[in-house]
Amino acid sequence: MNLKELAELINAEVITSDRDLSEITVPFAYACDLMSDVLAFCSPGSLLLTGLTNIQIVRTAQMLDLPAVVFVRGKIPLEETVNLAKESGIPVLLSKYSLYEVCGRLYAAGVKPSYVPQPREA
Amino acid sequence: MAAPVCMEYRIEGNNFMVAGTASNNIKNTLKMLGIQSDVCRRAAVIAYEAEINLVIHANGGILKAVISEYKLEISTEDEGPGIPNIDQAMTEGYTTASNQAREMGFGAGMGLPNIKRNSDLFEIESTPGVGTKLISTVFFNK
Repeated sequence: MNLKELAELINAEVITSDRDLSEITVPFAYACDLMSDVLAFCSPGSLLLTGLTNIQIVRTAQMLDLPAVVFVRGKIPLEETVNLAKESGIPVLLSKYSLYEVCGRLYAAGVKPSYVPQPREA
Repeated sequence: MAAPVCMEYRIEGNNFMVAGTASNNIKNTLKMLGIQSDVCRRAAVIAYEAEINLVIHANGGILKAVISEYKLEISTEDEGPGIPNIDQAMTEGYTTASNQAREMGFGAGMGLPNIKRNSDLFEIESTPGVGTKLISTVFFNK
């Protein structure tokens, strides 16, 4: 699914993007409020769904080259968060739905779960 | 053999606004050097978790990355409170992070385990009241 279709599916407002969202494909999604878990378990190319809106969310997305971030529950991101997202070219979507509902809608539409890797062999 | 690329950053304690900037620079440098993408990703996680640790726990410190022909070494050195029990700190879920850190999405007790999981070699040395040294090595061709 591309990001434009995805935004419509969750009635999301798109901020911080001057890119064509229909050109960004989102095969997987990962939903989490713990950034260390995102760093541990989120597979490459995953969309990040979260209820936290601070600057470190975008920083985490930037570190992992995640295609976009969705803030759920109608949360409004802090100004510094928006600024960093703009700077790093990461689209930010705002949805009024709960995390559960956003996940449900995306899952039903065929967005796969992020593969949770097993611990690396020693 | 080409000379190693060295990067060194002084990380400010408790400043969440800029936390991650140094790690992002390290990651971008690796990409620019054409290092394979899974290595860049592992390095980004190691550097970022290590940087966040300096911000949260150590009142700042030094974050260093040395890229040579066949490996990357990321290290930190701080004069923070130190870790009294390293085994405990290495256990997933164990944390001593502040509420502020938790509100930012950290403090889940995954930092050091994440660093170790992504490292080929991992060393940590800590003395309470003196500080902590961490060295993580990632080889490019495994």
